Amino acid sequence: MVDNHDIGLMAHLMRRAGFGAPREELERRAAKGYEATVEELIHPKTTEPADEYTLLRYQPAALLPGGMPPMGNVNWMFHMVNTQRPLEEKMALFWHHVFATGNSKVDNYDQLLAQIAMFRQRGMGNYRDLLVALAKDPAMLYWLDNNENHKDAVNENWGRELLELFSMGQGNYTEKDVRQASRAFTGWTFSVKIPRLPYGRFPWEFEYVAEDHDDGEKEFLGHTGNFNGEDIIDIVVQQPACGHFIARHLYNFFVADEPQVPSWKINLPRDEAAVAALADTFHESGYDIAAMLTTLFTSDFFKEAYFTKVKSPAELVVGTLRLVGGAELPRPDYGRDVALQPTYMGQDLLNPPSVEGWHTGKEWINSGSLMSRINFVAEMVGSTDLPGVQDMIGRLRAKGPLDPDAFVDSCLDLMGPLQVGTDTRQELLEQAREGGSLAWDTADEVEASVVRVGEMLQLIVAMREYQFN
Amino acid sequence: MAEKKEPVLVVLQLSGGNDYLNTIIPYANSLYWDNRPAVSIPEDQIIPIDQALGFNPSMEALKPIYDAGDMAVIHGVGYANSPRSHFRSMDIWHTCEPDTVGTEGWLGRALRDIDPNKENVVTGVSFGPSMYRAMALPGVPVACVSGDLETYGMLPGIEGQQRLKVLERFKNAYAPAIGLGAVMDYMGQTGLDSMAGADVLKAAPQRYQSSVTYPDSKVARKLRGVAQVHTAEVGTRVFYLDHGSFDTHASQGGEHAKLWREVSEGVSAFFSDLREHDAADNVVMLVFTEFGRRVHDNGSGTDHGAGGVAFAIGDPVKGGMYSEYPSLKAEDLTQGDLMPNQDFRGVYTTLLEDWLELDAPSIVGGTFESPAFIAKA
Repeated sequence: MVDNHDIGLMAHLMRRAGFGAPREELERRAAKGYEATVEELIHPKTTEPADEYTLLRYQPAALLPGGMPPMGNVNWMFHMVNTQRPLEEKMALFWHHVFATGNSKVDNYDQLLAQIAMFRQRGMGNYRDLLVALAKDPAMLYWLDNNENHKDAVNENWGRELLELFSMGQGNYTEKDVRQASRAFTGWTFSVKIPRLPYGRFPWEFEYVAEDHDDGEKEFLGHTGNFNGEDIIDIVVQQPACGHFIARHLYNFFVADEPQVPSWKINLPRDEAAVAALADTFHESGYDIAAMLTTLFTSDFFKEAYFTKVKSPAELVVGTLRLVGGAELPRPDYGRDVALQPTYMGQDLLNPPSVEGWHTGKEWINSGSLMSRINFVAEMVGSTDLPGVQDMIGRLRAKGPLDPDAFVDSCLDLMGPLQVGTDTRQELLEQAREGGSLAWDTADEVEASVVRVGEMLQLIVAMREYQFN
Repeated sequence: MAEKKEPVLVVLQLSGGNDYLNTIIPYANSLYWDNRPAVSIPEDQIIPIDQALGFNPSMEALKPIYDAGDMAVIHGVGYANSPRSHFRSMDIWHTCEPDTVGTEGWLGRALRDIDPNKENVVTGVSFGPSMYRAMALPGVPVACVSGDLETYGMLPGIEGQQRLKVLERFKNAYAPAIGLGAVMDYMGQTGLDSMAGADVLKAAPQRYQSSVTYPDSKVARKLRGVAQVHTAEVGTRVFYLDHGSFDTHASQGGEHAKLWREVSEGVSAFFSDLREHDAADNVVMLVFTEFGRRVHDNGSGTDHGAGGVAFAIGDPVKGGMYSEYPSLKAEDLTQGDLMPNQDFRGVYTTLLEDWLELDAPSIVGGTFESPAFIAKA
């Protein structure tokens, strides 16, 4: 039998391992069981990704958007709102945070979307293979100038970030290692055919130019050999620092907000044991991300971490849209009304501010972004004709007349279940008391009650607690 | 009204990299024509400033302001080793940190110095969908307006009496309380600042009347919002807005002209409006872009470059030319781009010291040669 605790835990899992879920889905998953749901999220064989053909029928320009927003944003937003493989998509977002690649330089959403598709495909696979695919990803090659990394003129941009931001973190290698790693990736570039038409673009493709590769001997992290790029990655993933670094990233993204990445060398993890457990899984499993995720989602440290993270703009927008429904089809204004909403709140997807990615946690919040966040979500939940809001109204109505306490608690339950502080609950209760009990007997009562539910939901999402995941 | 009005700075950011060569056109220099086979302005359309330089024809509305001595053209603005990346370059302009990734904005620091006790939540007002890093500094409230001022505010969807009650509850729930934790505390203060700012700013349009008609463009709407808040005298000292995208890699001609027409006509209307309200004498506007564009065109547009042009506009400005147009000679270019000869932090220094009367070195991170384009009272 599914009880409230099961629903609460399932809601927590779905907020973190996905973008939240409507009540009906929570009930269905809770009935299946927690472990079974984790298993299904990590190995989503039986569920469908978003249907690209539907996207293209409505927004043909979202297939190959070139360099102009918002069609790149439209494409990804459509996937996030519609996928039935929420963890696969969440992992694509996770790797986008870590391997932050931006249109400001790449100027090519086609290639950025191809990179995201690669994250979808490999994001829960083997980390070594993911790094190799990343090293061959044309958007990344261009973003970090590896196409300018030549046998006789080494460019260290990619080599450095591979070690600093993508695998081990500062303090775990020397400048010499950066140099040697960069030498090993000389000749790793991409080619572009000149399009036949002036405005079309052909895809960029990875190319290995053997004559531009420095095949000489290299000394890297204590190993010596005529290393090529894959050898470097093989050595990197064996380092204890690599497991620890990826573990901390997963903890920061899925469990609780850590300080910003550049300070990790100085600030220890808030939960050393949790990070160590994840790092152990990384090395024991042979760098298997799925194994790490299983460890993470079935751990007590995860199950106890309710509402300990500030929602990223993408989580806030997508989570709300999946709750209220109605944004499944990319209608004409989809770009401005939906896909650019995270941008307005400070997270321009596919265009992070730098290779360091976004500053997360409380840094998402400023006076402008907070107002944008509250107003967008309030507009959504206040739209009482949207299917998800209708569903919530239906569930309230099914309970019959509700006194103010029950009205507030039922709404909080349907919006999460959401936990709020006593002061917050007091204000919600004042709001509820003003109109007295919620009644559904006559047409007039129903009409008035629907308005009151809409206002209550808006006030709930305006509360600080809703900003947390 | 005898007391001295506080100086106000308006920053207009031209996002995307404005093409210097086609803004202030070195029409007498044959290298301009050699380098721009596809993307030049026909000579008979250029608005001459002197024997060497002319305005882009779309800047017609700014010419009278220049002629009146209220517009400084600051040449060759930039910094060493320009990265030619929009983000990185804009970030450097915003933070004055060319070597590390900074998070504090120069105007955030200026706002902290102007209002150290955070007495006014609308000392800094930003018009745009998100906050510009130039204004960001932890603990410094900045009111961010996206969309129209008339509809600006928390929970605009709830109407009438109900709205007042809901906002009251919002305020109560966000009030400081013991034991909520640092992030909740921070969010509480931010929410209260945000709402207080909205209350002040939303009232501004109701008090505003003007005979000036602004053109129909995004930048003009934002400038009108700036005029509404400025004339409401709510104590705002720094305004920030942007326009774009000036990233004209392809089909530059029409787009660049349209953008500059919108900027010029908007700015012209803005200053007429301020003058009508006797509110122009304490406003200086900085117009800047993150970099200029490549000297040689690419066949239909221009690619990212280095040195660019900035403008200071307003009654307190001593108009004319500052610094020098960088050399267009091939041997003087750096990777095909104009070599900046005026550090942007020097331009900030002039605005901070001579206009806002603040200590510039602590804000821009050092001492830089500063062009004297502010007329001392």
